[in-house]
Amino acid sequence: MNILVYLVPTALGLGLLALTAFMWSLKNGQYDDVEGTAYRILSDDDVEEDIERKRERRR
Amino acid sequence: MLATPEAVDLSLFTRSAGPGERSIDLAIEGVDCAACLDDIEGTMKSAAGVVSARLNLTTHRLALVFRDAEADASVLIRTLARAGYKAYPFEQSRVERDEQRRTQWLLKCLAVAGFASMNIMLLSVSVWSGNVADITPETRDFFHWLSALIALPAAAYAGQPFFISAIAGVRAGKLNMDFPISLGILLALTMSVFETLFHGEHAYFDSAVMLLLFLLAGRYLDQSMRRRTRAAAGNLAALKGDVAHRFGPEGQVVAVPVGALLAGDRILVRPGDRVPADGLVLSGTSEVDTSIITGETMRRALRPGMPVHAGAMNFDGALTVEVTAAGQGTLLDEVARLIEKAGAAKSRYMRLADRAARIYAPMVHVAAAATLVFWLLAGAGAHQAIVIAISVLIITCPCALALAVPAVQVVASGHLFRAGIYLNAADALERLAEIDTIVFDKTGTLTHPHPDVVNAGMIPDDLRRAAARLAASSRHPLAMAVARLQADAAPYDDAEEVSGAGVRAMVDGVEMRLGSARFCDLPKERGSIAPDVSVIYLRHGDRRARFEIRQSLRSDARDTMDRLRRHGYDLRILSGDRPEAVAPLADILGIVSARGGLDPSQKIAEIEALRANGRKVLMVGDGLNDAPALAAAHASLSPVTAIDLAQAQADAIFLGERLAPVAQSLDVARQARALMRQNLGIAIIYNLVAVPLAVAGHVTPLIAAAAMSGSSIIVTLNALRMRAPAVAKPNDSHDERVLRLTTSELRT
Repeated sequence: MNILVYLVPTALGLGLLALTAFMWSLKNGQYDDVEGTAYRILSDDDVEEDIERKRERRR
Repeated sequence: MLATPEAVDLSLFTRSAGPGERSIDLAIEGVDCAACLDDIEGTMKSAAGVVSARLNLTTHRLALVFRDAEADASVLIRTLARAGYKAYPFEQSRVERDEQRRTQWLLKCLAVAGFASMNIMLLSVSVWSGNVADITPETRDFFHWLSALIALPAAAYAGQPFFISAIAGVRAGKLNMDFPISLGILLALTMSVFETLFHGEHAYFDSAVMLLLFLLAGRYLDQSMRRRTRAAAGNLAALKGDVAHRFGPEGQVVAVPVGALLAGDRILVRPGDRVPADGLVLSGTSEVDTSIITGETMRRALRPGMPVHAGAMNFDGALTVEVTAAGQGTLLDEVARLIEKAGAAKSRYMRLADRAARIYAPMVHVAAAATLVFWLLAGAGAHQAIVIAISVLIITCPCALALAVPAVQVVASGHLFRAGIYLNAADALERLAEIDTIVFDKTGTLTHPHPDVVNAGMIPDDLRRAAARLAASSRHPLAMAVARLQADAAPYDDAEEVSGAGVRAMVDGVEMRLGSARFCDLPKERGSIAPDVSVIYLRHGDRRARFEIRQSLRSDARDTMDRLRRHGYDLRILSGDRPEAVAPLADILGIVSARGGLDPSQKIAEIEALRANGRKVLMVGDGLNDAPALAAAHASLSPVTAIDLAQAQADAIFLGERLAPVAQSLDVARQARALMRQNLGIAIIYNLVAVPLAVAGHVTPLIAAAAMSGSSIIVTLNALRMRAPAVAKPNDSHDERVLRLTTSELRT
């Protein structure tokens, strides 16, 4: 019985944490474009030097 | 078109996005792969003055932020065009913004309900297994209190969509499905709190929250499908968005979006342009094709001082038009008045789910009350009798019933979306399924919205190709019909257009001319040609060809008519065009009942007469003159080339050149209705089994949970059985079809 006093609030806390994370991601616009996100992970355009190199090529 | 090299004033579409920065949303045409994402964003980010560029692959829209001093929206659009992407300024409509907000809200509710039901189920399963083993009453109470702690706030938050709608329904004096849902949830929660207070063995917190979870999932899917359709329709509107050429204060011509036009502005309408707004002709003479307004295919001559309506296609000469206030045009006034009157009839339609709710709700509530009385008379304590009565309400809580219709709706509108049919109204499917009579407009609906060359087969190949290349450098509607003979015909470099006459170019050292008989120096021949046929000639040295151009039937019009007739629909034509023009076409299609020369109020009268005979009429039309009839009919469809006012009245819009979507949407609607009825049947059978169990007092929370989720899953699986309609070419994607459509059709 005593163990429940720790375990149940811990379980609830973890659940709440997940819910908060979801709400945050929703507010952050992460569900606005679920199709694009799937491809974005493959692109390297967040690598700084890569952007530089692309700019060079265009010039 | 916005892609033309002239500067376009886009200030109407840009918004301030911080100091010195502005933002604009663009609908992009031709995004069909993941590589486009890198390409478009890369191109934009390397352009001067761009702060950020983000492409949304779901909605095909690009959000751009740029520094005002360094960049200009129309220059950025041209940069994109050079990279191979056509972009159009886009403004989200208020309806779409509302839909988006509602989608997000439902998703939040769904998340809360999901969180709550998972955690409560964790506690409930412990209680259920403990009840048959050795749980102590203290532990059980502790778990029930914890469940209450989660369930009450979660239900208060996630139940809002149902509570709000139920209250609105009660206020309006209509009992909708949300009323029994809300009542069931509230009673389940109240009873569970009392059980917890008095150390009872059973609490129904899990049932209440799980019910919310299932129903919200259905609502969310329905909503996100609708939002997706709305976004696609919004993009189409932007892709269509023409520019007007307005005279500035010093007489210079500036291209502006049509939405920016004000009454009193003077605009230039060039040959091949559609008139962007209602107005009066100030100077210039020309012929205009007003078929999208009145259905009449004969061209009308325009002189200074005559009124001209938005949508008319200018043929021969440049016109200067003064814009008059919207609604001042007598025709538009008349149409708006007719629409208002006609729309009232449609709003009386009652949806299947609401009809079911109207029968269902009183029955369940009476059953619960009877159970209460029965157990009291049978000598049970008040507490036990109330618990059993409420368990009747919980088990009948319309989980399956409330999912029966939306589940089918989501699947059906998804199928239609992929077939290029965008549903406008939520109850359109149910109304489409009841149709027995189909009324077609002629011009632009049975026929192509633009004229076509009808004798292409009789012209030698090389001449046809040459003519198409020559025609490609003109914007005259007849020349554009010739240019369409050859996909991507490259214009001759030295082609020169002679206004109102034709085009000429030097080909192989000999001058080639395309245009009127006089321009090509050929004898004028009349008599042998039907009155609605326009003729242009090609002359290249000694060789010559004659192109007959008229509005032709859509390619699958006959097949579709045959198919519809086989399915038992009564087909009719109501046209604004002359009866002589309607009759031959009706003959070809085998339609006996065809009338021409009707004005908008006569079209309505015909439809009212059919309705009075008990017919359920589907109206298919595209013109301004069809708009009131579209509003009056039981259900209505419009091709995407239809005038805006007509599209706003239609229950669904279909893409593409073919007429098959009419038959497809009716097929899907009939299938959907059959499945909806099956689902309602399943829900009734479920209740027939569950209610006696509940009345007998055998329903524990465990049984309630199993029964509810079981019935919901069965209903959803049944909805998924629906067959998708055969799409024209099975291996071409939706985007490709939109692309083909936008380049071939919207540009006319």
